[in-house]
Amino acid sequence: MGFLYQNLSIPILTLVTFVPLIGALWIIFFIRKDNEQSIKRTALFFAIADFVISVPLWIYFDVNGKGDRLFQFREVVDWIPSLGVKYSFGIDGISLLLILLTTLTGVIAIYSSFAAITFRQKEYYALLLMLQTGMIGTFCALDFFLFYVFWEVMLVPMYFVIGIWGGPRRLYAAIKFFLYTLSGSVLMLLSILALYFFNDGGIPFLNIGGLNAGLSFDVLRYHEIGHLIPPNLQFWIFLGFFFGFAIKVPMFPFHTWLPDAHVEAPTAGSVILAAVLLKMGTYGFVRFALPILPDATQQAVPWIVFLSIVGIIYGALVSLVQKDMKKLVAYSSVSHLGFVMLGMFALNPMGLRGSILQMINHGISTGALFLLVGIVYERRHTRLISEYGGLAKQMPMYATLFLIAALSSMGLPALNGFIGEFTILLGVANRSMVWAAFASIGIVLGAAYLLWLYQRVFWGPLDNPANQSLPDVNRRELLTLVPLMILMVWIGIAPKIFFDTIEQPVDYLVRKVDPHYFDRKPLMHPGAPAAAHPEVAEIHQ
Amino acid sequence: MTWSDTVFLLPEIILTLGASALLFVPLIGERGAGRSAKWWTLVILGITAASVIVSSNAVVGMTQTATFAAMFALDSFAIFFKLLFLFAIAMVVLMSEDFLRESRYSPWEYYSLLAFALCGMMFMVSGVHLISIYVGLELMSLSSYILAGYYKNEQKSTEAAMKYFILGAVSSAILLYGISLIYGVCGSLNLADIDRAMSTMITNDALMVGIMLLGAGLCFKIAAVPFHVWTPDVYEGAPTPITAFLSTASKAAAFSIFARIFYSGLHHFQLDWSSVLATVSALSMIVGNLAAITQNNLKRMLAYSSIAHAGYALLGIISLNAMGIRGVLLYTLVYVLANLGIWAVILMLRRHEYAGEQVDDFDGLYRRAPFWAFAMVVFLLSLGGIPPTAGFIGKYFLFAAAVQSGFGWLAIIAVLMSAVSMFYYLRIVVAMYLKEGAAAEVSASGSLRFVAAVCLAATLFLGVLPRPLIDQVTYSSRRLLVRALQADGGR
Repeated sequence: MGFLYQNLSIPILTLVTFVPLIGALWIIFFIRKDNEQSIKRTALFFAIADFVISVPLWIYFDVNGKGDRLFQFREVVDWIPSLGVKYSFGIDGISLLLILLTTLTGVIAIYSSFAAITFRQKEYYALLLMLQTGMIGTFCALDFFLFYVFWEVMLVPMYFVIGIWGGPRRLYAAIKFFLYTLSGSVLMLLSILALYFFNDGGIPFLNIGGLNAGLSFDVLRYHEIGHLIPPNLQFWIFLGFFFGFAIKVPMFPFHTWLPDAHVEAPTAGSVILAAVLLKMGTYGFVRFALPILPDATQQAVPWIVFLSIVGIIYGALVSLVQKDMKKLVAYSSVSHLGFVMLGMFALNPMGLRGSILQMINHGISTGALFLLVGIVYERRHTRLISEYGGLAKQMPMYATLFLIAALSSMGLPALNGFIGEFTILLGVANRSMVWAAFASIGIVLGAAYLLWLYQRVFWGPLDNPANQSLPDVNRRELLTLVPLMILMVWIGIAPKIFFDTIEQPVDYLVRKVDPHYFDRKPLMHPGAPAAAHPEVAEIHQ
Repeated sequence: MTWSDTVFLLPEIILTLGASALLFVPLIGERGAGRSAKWWTLVILGITAASVIVSSNAVVGMTQTATFAAMFALDSFAIFFKLLFLFAIAMVVLMSEDFLRESRYSPWEYYSLLAFALCGMMFMVSGVHLISIYVGLELMSLSSYILAGYYKNEQKSTEAAMKYFILGAVSSAILLYGISLIYGVCGSLNLADIDRAMSTMITNDALMVGIMLLGAGLCFKIAAVPFHVWTPDVYEGAPTPITAFLSTASKAAAFSIFARIFYSGLHHFQLDWSSVLATVSALSMIVGNLAAITQNNLKRMLAYSSIAHAGYALLGIISLNAMGIRGVLLYTLVYVLANLGIWAVILMLRRHEYAGEQVDDFDGLYRRAPFWAFAMVVFLLSLGGIPPTAGFIGKYFLFAAAVQSGFGWLAIIAVLMSAVSMFYYLRIVVAMYLKEGAAAEVSASGSLRFVAAVCLAATLFLGVLPRPLIDQVTYSSRRLLVRALQADGGR
């Protein structure tokens, strides 16, 4: 096994990406529509198989790889040679963690749908599996064209999942989701094209000379030549990327599609949306905008920081007044992703590290919260907070799990949220105390809306007769939640292995954005000092 | 007329003979046997396609590149489009069967007219002389006017034909006037001579007016704003198979001559005409897409969508570079494929005359015909330019061409409008998948299934593995491009 993974005698990333698609095709072509048991089992089998294949990626991933070894498990095949398009896959620590999150979420999403989805199951599970292929492919792609293809491919299954199995306003939510995201991504396509022509012959009409380096969509190539792009062109390219990614994140004021999509989507759709799809945006910034456009990134810092802080506080305040549990969790995502963006644009190792870890944390905590909301929704068919109260007496196990997820989301020490938010705040404070002060308001508000939610739903008298006979979580529901709970505690207590995995990519990013960072601040590499400074580490060894 | 002349024109000769023969069959008492008309037409189309291949191989070895006083060329550009037209017309023929059986009009005349229209298209795409282009264009247009009014007793159809004819005739007149002005200034109607004459000219008012009028006439044929008003009415009123013909083959033909005239004849004055065409293109994309949103009749919606697509295709002409011309070829092909597929699915729903044309008629189609609903989704995504369908590759080339040639603002409008276009394409998807509809039968005849399946397979295949097609269009557009670039100082 180890031999296979290390020596690439099998294209492992391709396998991880396309196993779900094979599952989807299998369901479509070989299983009858009315054979629901078989559809569910097959879907779960392929999801689990995909997860099982993806785990060894981490085992055989060389966390110390840098330079040529930063991106590992490379696969490069010509796809459209006349355009310079390659089928190019490869992952670094950041994409690795996100892929693992995706494959895990895939299993959970499918397993959690077994009771909730009662009609058109064949299409449902096929679409979920297709969606997974799109998501994993996006994280693996190191070719802009390929990346864009996967990025767009994701839209269609998600659109159907929201539109067919969603709540009462599903049509509106699905179309809004689709159009918002599509508008952003087509602008991103223009930015990609501008890069593409800059690398080739330039854009003669605008008097922008090119590098005459031929046609290439190779992301790593653009990482190399990013600093050669003239600042005015960088600005426009950054703007296109910004629209593409900021809508997906979503950053204030582009977030309005998110509450609709979340509230209307079925539980599994919400889980995938929160855990993975939103990370596409932040991942896009980390993978493309930051390393390729360092000057524009530096210039954009004040604006993005402003929008992030507004997002943090606005999202939290809006969460505070929600009557619908799911909408509350949805708006809390706006707030949490504000943190992720803020940490990222601190542009120092600490902030970036926290930001990347917080992407994973948000996926775990918010994913768990959506699952939990879905569990009571399936029993009561309402998500209004006022319909509940005193559930802790009737569903003690559920109350406990909800408490853990809520505490994790609000950042209680010893759980994952704390590690992420704390690291982000350290990085941000390192850059500006004022930003950090504003951001910490968000943490306080986060505790407020989650604890208040908890109080209203779980404490007080159990006076609504409809709630007095609710069964506690069953075995299947428990199984979907336990892995997330384990991860919350794991990251909360022993985050080192996660930080180690993203150490080198973060180092690489900081050097790309600010080549002199480590010369100026030799002591600013907290966390694991020895590893942050590879030269020092080698001397010590 | 020697053999070397004949070989250039062989496909058109065969097709004309075949089309005339189709017209005479009913006279010798075959009136009742409608079914065999389809097969005879397909056989004629097949022979023509074979002769296109034969002639193109024969022409490769010759020293002359054009014949009949350099009016008619059989270059790779023409061959690409001729085969595309043949394909599209063959598909339209396959789609027309049910309609003809119901309408009880003679199929022979119908197929004959289609074949004559095809002959016009094939002739004009080979034209390297404004007169031969005009003659081909008129042959196509006259046949189309008649076909648009084929429901003789239907008011809508007659109205459509009338509108189409009057506006078409006016636009032809404008086109001719433009041609005459260009002749007055350049002293020739041959594209190569015009090109040569223009290379030594500075801006000239008469010439500018000539180019504008010529462009206006062509914009009418491709239905670009502000010359688009006929499109929705004609598309709605014409019999559905004819709408399919007008929106695919006829439009592709107009794109082909648009590209040929502007790439090989008028490229010296790109700076002058490109800004005007850019405005036309932007308006077409905006008006077409926004107007399509409010339509409930599918034929009208697709008419507005085709106006928008004319705007996209213009990007490739405005940009005047390798990406652009390849984009025009690619886009025309993927657009034809997706549209033919959509019309085939619409025809499956069609019961008699105009039924089956409202968006509501698609309600719950996934339950009645899951495979064809899926095919419809793929075609719509292709029109919207979403990967991994072929439409994305086509749009990619056009957007890239616009960015490369410095029309950044136009590219931004184009991409945003293509996002807007998804709004109304998704309405059909919503109807098919997210609504429950009446349990009306879907009558998918063998021919319609065949058309939709071919278009589906091609749309998906070219989306995932576009390599062979891209290589082909690179080859097919090379001569046109070489001339445009050489004369332009190798830009």
